[in-house]
Amino acid sequence: MTDVAMSAPTNHAPLIAADGVPLKLKLARTTRRMKWRAFLLTVPLVLFLLIAFVMPIGEMLYRSMHNPTGSNVMPQFSVAIQDWDGEGLPSEEIFKIFVEDMTAAKKNREVGKTIGNLATRVNYEIPGSRSLFTRTARKTKNIKEGPYKEALLALDQKWENPVLWRTLQRVSKDYTLAFYLAATDRKYAENGDIVSADPLYQIYLPILFKTIWMSALITLFCFIIAYPVSYLLSTLPLRTSNLLMILVLLPFWTSLLVRTSAWIAMLQTQGVINNIMVYLGVITDESRIQMIYNLTGTIIAMVHILLPFMILPLYSVMKTIPPTYMRAARSMGASGTYSFIKVYFPQTIPGIAAGTLLVFILAIGYYITPALVGGSDGLLISNLIADHIKKTLNWSLGAALGTILLVVVLVFYWIYNKLVGVDNLKFG
Amino acid sequence: MSLAATQNSSAAMNTSTEAFVRFENVQKSYDGEILVVKDLNLDIPEGEFLTMLGPSGSGKTTSLMMLAGFEPATHGEIYLGGQSINNVPPNKRGIGMVFQNYALFPHMTVAENLAFPLMVRKLGKAEIEAKVQRALEMVELPQMGGRRPAQLSGGQQQRVAVARALVFDPKLILMDEPLGALDKQLREQMQYEIKHIHENLGVTVVYVTHDQSEALTMSDRIAVFEDGVIQQLSTPDDLYERPMNSFVAQFIGENNKLHGRLTNEKDGICTVELDDGSKLKAAAVNVGGAGERTTLSLRPERIEIDPSANQVDNTITGEILELIYLGDHIRTRMNVAGNTEFIVKVPNNAGNKPLAEGAKVKVGWKAEDCRALDPLEV
Repeated sequence: MTDVAMSAPTNHAPLIAADGVPLKLKLARTTRRMKWRAFLLTVPLVLFLLIAFVMPIGEMLYRSMHNPTGSNVMPQFSVAIQDWDGEGLPSEEIFKIFVEDMTAAKKNREVGKTIGNLATRVNYEIPGSRSLFTRTARKTKNIKEGPYKEALLALDQKWENPVLWRTLQRVSKDYTLAFYLAATDRKYAENGDIVSADPLYQIYLPILFKTIWMSALITLFCFIIAYPVSYLLSTLPLRTSNLLMILVLLPFWTSLLVRTSAWIAMLQTQGVINNIMVYLGVITDESRIQMIYNLTGTIIAMVHILLPFMILPLYSVMKTIPPTYMRAARSMGASGTYSFIKVYFPQTIPGIAAGTLLVFILAIGYYITPALVGGSDGLLISNLIADHIKKTLNWSLGAALGTILLVVVLVFYWIYNKLVGVDNLKFG
Repeated sequence: MSLAATQNSSAAMNTSTEAFVRFENVQKSYDGEILVVKDLNLDIPEGEFLTMLGPSGSGKTTSLMMLAGFEPATHGEIYLGGQSINNVPPNKRGIGMVFQNYALFPHMTVAENLAFPLMVRKLGKAEIEAKVQRALEMVELPQMGGRRPAQLSGGQQQRVAVARALVFDPKLILMDEPLGALDKQLREQMQYEIKHIHENLGVTVVYVTHDQSEALTMSDRIAVFEDGVIQQLSTPDDLYERPMNSFVAQFIGENNKLHGRLTNEKDGICTVELDDGSKLKAAAVNVGGAGERTTLSLRPERIEIDPSANQVDNTITGEILELIYLGDHIRTRMNVAGNTEFIVKVPNNAGNKPLAEGAKVKVGWKAEDCRALDPLEV
């Protein structure tokens, strides 16, 4: 900026360049090209993230609240039923639209608009009601004229139940909180109030808490194992530490499936560890220990897989702490333990924070390992989400569970930020 | 506490009661193949400011680390206050230490840093506060207690490091190149401040540096290290004016070297025939018999240009190659007896004849200013 003549610097008037253009504007012009270039360099990544990451996740989040099955299957009825006050049974007019819509839906083969879709949707709310819809839909084409109410009730007495109609009224709305309620083990009661689900169906919250608790445990184990290893790595001469570092990184270069399968071979009841213990006489052949397909197996395998994510940030922070700090503490009369607690440990906190946050967040959403070695006991919330996406095809519930998981992670991140400060995190 | 104990029992020990710190036949090797410190013997009386001076790799820092307790001696004994400390861990030695990069704990404030050695000693809260404040005032930073080390300038950090080494009243302070990271002006200022603190408190200081002017400014005595051996141990003026070998002569201060062969020696004055045939008289300090090679050492400020014949013992003709004007003196590079790096400092006096590059002039000096030392071939 040597060509810029400085006008007299006052507090109010903006600085003017030699040609009379305000200095700020001039500066912005000269740096614009650089900014554009920097932006262009990131365009491929931005596009990729937008298409492959932001949009699908946004769609899933939307899906957790937006479920248009009702209006898709029965377009006229879903509008008409909203006028009903919820007392007794709907009017004859609504019954007529219902029968017509159902007859039309029966012929519809379009994905997401069949009577089966609606039956499934209502079945989430009233378990066991699915067959009523499919059975009724087969016969509504025989109802040619009114009174439609009597005709429908003649097909099946269950249509006399106002709860069914109130549920249909709720289901006909495109936007619903029902899936969030289900994901938190609650539901709409018959009168529309929100109540706890039957104890038999309360599975999501316990598994969510178990996931959080197990992630914390896995993080703790990772920390206990990683801290001394990282310390050793950071203090050894470069050649030795490089060799050890390769051993730490080796799991990264092996397929996740192979590693998990290796743990199955190690831990199963007829596996290596049990065999050795039987051979050594520690346990008898009859009392082989069940170490896999339960919580223990999930914890062991996940600690192993996530360990490098703890070691690397710790190592990178410890590497920057010169040994003179400990020497200085010792020269001032502090014992080795005292120096460690008061001088060394506090300086490693940024690494500890980064490592624990990384491992915790990875663990809370982990899927493959618990699916393979967890059995029924060691399942985590992400396994349930995968189930709903892939098997039961209740995508809205899966999306709601996923959203809750995302919120939990963000809450932990926020707490972390309050405790440690994100600027203090050191990932490498 | 351990320090007090060692002092009480020092009278009972049969080793020297004079020396506060004593190295006795100390050797150190890191790899079992090379001796970094070879047979070190050194006595340091209480209250002395002793500097270990030498180039890097000369063993001075290793010696300091052995005294501090961070490196074990491979052989030999180190005594502090008359008692062997070979098996005393560093935290029980009661030695204050200032490190090269200060080693101020970044996660603590200045006051917490200073309080650290006092907390370790489990002093009362009020006493700690008083001592910390006194230490801060000693280094003229009374308001800085609440700051973090990173918020201080290099010079301020240096002062805090010194204060932290002194705050628990150790009898011995070790300093490992403490001024190395400071710029020249600040370094010189801190040299005087450390020297004054030493004078006021009367503590014993062992100071390690590779900067000879720092060593000359601050020390009572200087031990010049090279190749794991103390080459010379004397006061600064002695070291500068009477170097005992060629290494010390060229390491301390500026020095002209002339190579030649000893022809004869009588009453401490010898005659040396230079390689170009000219003969010079010199003080025989560190020479072999007649016929052996020697290196003459001569300080630039002891050489006269155009000397009157009866005032000098040696005259020789040289050619002026370069003149550098430095205000108070003119630095003159000459070719004398084949040495083209021969430097003469000509005082900028009113009566001096102006010098010209390319001119041939006579230079001369007294025999006692020219020391014949061990041969140092280039």
